[in-house]
Amino acid sequence: MPMAEMPNIVPALPELFLAGVIMLLLMFGVFQKGGLSDNDSGVFRIVSMLSIVSLILAVFLLVPVAGARAVTFSGMFVTDQFAVFCKALVLIAAALGIIVSQDFMERHNVARFEFPILVVFAALGMLLMISANDLVSLYVGLEMQSLSLYVMASIQRDDNRATEAGLKYFVLGAVASGLLLYGSSLVYGFAGTTNFDALATLFSNDNQVSTGLVIGIVFILAGLSFKVSAVPFHMWTPDVYEGAPTPVTAFFAVAPKIAALALFLRVMVGPFGDLLVHWQQIIVVVSVLSMALGALAAINQRNIKRLMAYSSIGHVGYALVGLAAGTEQGVKGVLVYLAIYLVMNVGTFACILCMRRGGRMVEGIDDLAGLGKTNPMLAATLVVFMFSLAGIPPLAGFFGKLYVFVAAIEAQLYALAIIGVVASVIGAFYYLRIIKVMYFDEAIDHFDTPIGREMRFVIGVTSIIVVLFFVYPAPILSSAAAAAAALFAG
Amino acid sequence: MLDLPLLTILTFAPLVGVLAILIIRHDDAEVVAQNARNVALFVSSGVFLLSLLLWFTFDRTTADFQWVEKVAWMEDFGISYHMGVDGISVLFVMLTTLLTPICVLASWNSIKDRVKEYMICFLILETFMIGMFCALDLFLFYIFFEAVLIPMFIIIGIWGGARRVYAAFKLFLYTLLGSVLMLVAMLTMYYYAGTTDMLELMAYNFPIEAQKWMWLAFFASFAVKVPMWPVHTWLPDAHVEAPTAGSVILAGVLLKFGGYGFLRFSLPMMPEASLYFTPLMYTLSIIAVIYTSLVALAQEDMKKLIAYSSIAHMGFVTIGTFTLTTQGIEGAIYQMLSHGVVSAALFLVVGVVYDRIHTREIAAYGGLVNRMPAYALTFMVFAMASVGLPGTGGFVGEVLVLVGAFKANTWVAAFAATGVILGAAYTLYLYRRIIFGELTKENLMKITDMNRREMAIFAPLLFITIWMGVYPSSFLDFMHVSVEHLINQVNTSLAQSGMLELAGR
Repeated sequence: MPMAEMPNIVPALPELFLAGVIMLLLMFGVFQKGGLSDNDSGVFRIVSMLSIVSLILAVFLLVPVAGARAVTFSGMFVTDQFAVFCKALVLIAAALGIIVSQDFMERHNVARFEFPILVVFAALGMLLMISANDLVSLYVGLEMQSLSLYVMASIQRDDNRATEAGLKYFVLGAVASGLLLYGSSLVYGFAGTTNFDALATLFSNDNQVSTGLVIGIVFILAGLSFKVSAVPFHMWTPDVYEGAPTPVTAFFAVAPKIAALALFLRVMVGPFGDLLVHWQQIIVVVSVLSMALGALAAINQRNIKRLMAYSSIGHVGYALVGLAAGTEQGVKGVLVYLAIYLVMNVGTFACILCMRRGGRMVEGIDDLAGLGKTNPMLAATLVVFMFSLAGIPPLAGFFGKLYVFVAAIEAQLYALAIIGVVASVIGAFYYLRIIKVMYFDEAIDHFDTPIGREMRFVIGVTSIIVVLFFVYPAPILSSAAAAAAALFAG
Repeated sequence: MLDLPLLTILTFAPLVGVLAILIIRHDDAEVVAQNARNVALFVSSGVFLLSLLLWFTFDRTTADFQWVEKVAWMEDFGISYHMGVDGISVLFVMLTTLLTPICVLASWNSIKDRVKEYMICFLILETFMIGMFCALDLFLFYIFFEAVLIPMFIIIGIWGGARRVYAAFKLFLYTLLGSVLMLVAMLTMYYYAGTTDMLELMAYNFPIEAQKWMWLAFFASFAVKVPMWPVHTWLPDAHVEAPTAGSVILAGVLLKFGGYGFLRFSLPMMPEASLYFTPLMYTLSIIAVIYTSLVALAQEDMKKLIAYSSIAHMGFVTIGTFTLTTQGIEGAIYQMLSHGVVSAALFLVVGVVYDRIHTREIAAYGGLVNRMPAYALTFMVFAMASVGLPGTGGFVGEVLVLVGAFKANTWVAAFAATGVILGAAYTLYLYRRIIFGELTKENLMKITDMNRREMAIFAPLLFITIWMGVYPSSFLDFMHVSVEHLINQVNTSLAQSGMLELAGR
């Protein structure tokens, strides 16, 4: 029997590195902990620090593979500039996710060293999703990510809401995975292959696709929509966001969204790119519904985490506007949007994590009353994030919207663009309401001060990026453009 | 010409003031407040003095943009940082730089709470306003245009009156809805022309069907800003609730965004659509002039009355703009400038008594002339200017607009002239109720006349109002060539598309 040929592992270097790190850290954690109590924050701190460092190192490991497109592991795994861009975002989001969680986890007696490891695990799954070049590897990456997320949602295992959130997420997530798998099997059945490149070649030669295949694609779309929490597959989002511990919510709102949207782009533009006419309508509808629901349902929320859940549904709707265009410009718009969304959301959640009164977290929007007086700096940064989320220039959020709407106009989707901007006006209302509560209402009580060092760092950096994005947008814009071009070239 | 990025300096100099205010640290809150006031006054006056350079160096014989700066910004998109002024925009820049220090002075004593933040808001606002008038790139313009909402929302929301939250939200959401539709139209322009440079867009001929849609989208934004009937309802609310200085900026500069937008975008970029929609503009403007004048007559609140009079005056502006005659357009610009000074002054006039008595209800006053002669005189000059009495700035603008309107459409001119009469009615009625009569009210017995700070605020405005009325050439000289150029541009474009005959010209 001939030896199986050794696959080229260079393109997968960051993933392999992270996988190694995970195993080492697990060992380290287990042996360090020994007979200590469940809440040894010393080990938690060290493991967290090492996880952050390795996530950042992984970003640098992306550099050697940043050039040309490379396929390895028998066509299962692909890396190109698109993958590198999205992976960098995911890794940064994961690192920030660990940073903002430190203080919270220690205070709430959940400083388990497994948490940062789970984040790295999830990040690894996301990298695999982004690099998937086959329906099988797509599924494996997705499940690796999802399982870690289920555990993270209920990491506060003696908290009712958190366990409920975890269970809900698990059950509904399993259904979505099932849909995705069913769709994949239909595609395989009708097309005879699961490889993206093969599928793309197949469809570019033959535009007559069978109904079964279209149904398969619809199922895949449904599964992916669930993962990005687009309407009508959004139902889990508010409950999970509200129930999960806040740092976990912060992580959920950013990294998995980016990874899932990247996957969405890769699948729709790659193998199914030539079937644009078949799926464009669906994306348009999903996008419109998401924007509308995100704008309308958030108006009456009293809990800020729930509000952010609806806000994220809306933002996914905007990002999908770019995908609906189905053009290179559209993909670029989505990528710019994701990068900006990452910064805004991490910053906002870092502010939310500072909402602590008498040692306890508060989550009501009314609890922010008078923050402009009691804590002017925190309030000012939150104002910046709110205006940015609402898409008001000159803040970063505006440019994200600008780029997706340009793509929509160029694809002549005028109605979609108009609905989108109108939804953004409605959405502006609830962001403004938060500003109103902070500045126009009378203060009830102080939040606990001082704010932790790492929080100040995260809030400071993200707010500066949001405010000053317009001064020098070129790096993000050009790398997003290169990434989009790479996706279309491949 | 000096090789100096003057417009950039003017635009961003206020931000230096913001930084300076941010680093003020002192234990005593009063010291911080006083320093913030001083810095804001110093910086905004400095910006005004600097803007005088524009006045002296501006070449009045060319329609080209001057002090132009162009730096590539978002290259993938062709967006550049492109600034410049021509005869239409230069005076608006001056108006902005003039009114900002006046606003700072007007808030000297009346704002006691969070002075630091207040001054920061005003300086940021100044940056956005100047930037808006100087921007020569579609998206640069949009960014400044919409960013203005942020400080304005905060100014009204924090330092406003009892219903300030409602007013702030209404202002924000109304204008935002208009603006985002404009954004879609701008993206469409970019899609057709492949450029975001306003100069190139003015030369580009858009297909007529697309023009109509884009025109409507731009209209949605500018009509709200102007504001035109029936989307004017945010203005009285915003004015009544805003602090005095907020009203001054709102009436003095922000309302001009709409009129300026029509001149800068609708006419040169979408001439065919502008012609097509001229009857609509006339109708809405006439309704605005007559209806809001009648509404103003019935007001019990001073600020509300002046707010409605602003809407009526801006009706003249939109009529003048769409007559497409030299007189009409110059009249419209002139009317905007004089209204910028006069209505700002009128809000300050209201502020003077409001600071003393803390009510804006007209019925609470009467007979003020007995205790406040200087105040009565000041009020009278601005009231007369608002009416359009010869010798004041208001007269020149109204007459030019009416002349232009007569050339274009006699009926429009006739209706608009009615507005002048109604304007006289409500203004004089307001003046009589506040200033004349017996001084009977208990709390007015001890009211004091204006102090030196207040006189210092009104002196420049009085001077300019009279100057604009007596010797309008010094202002009109700025615009002649640019307006001529604009009209030629529109007519050439109309001739190309064969719509000139249709227009009967």
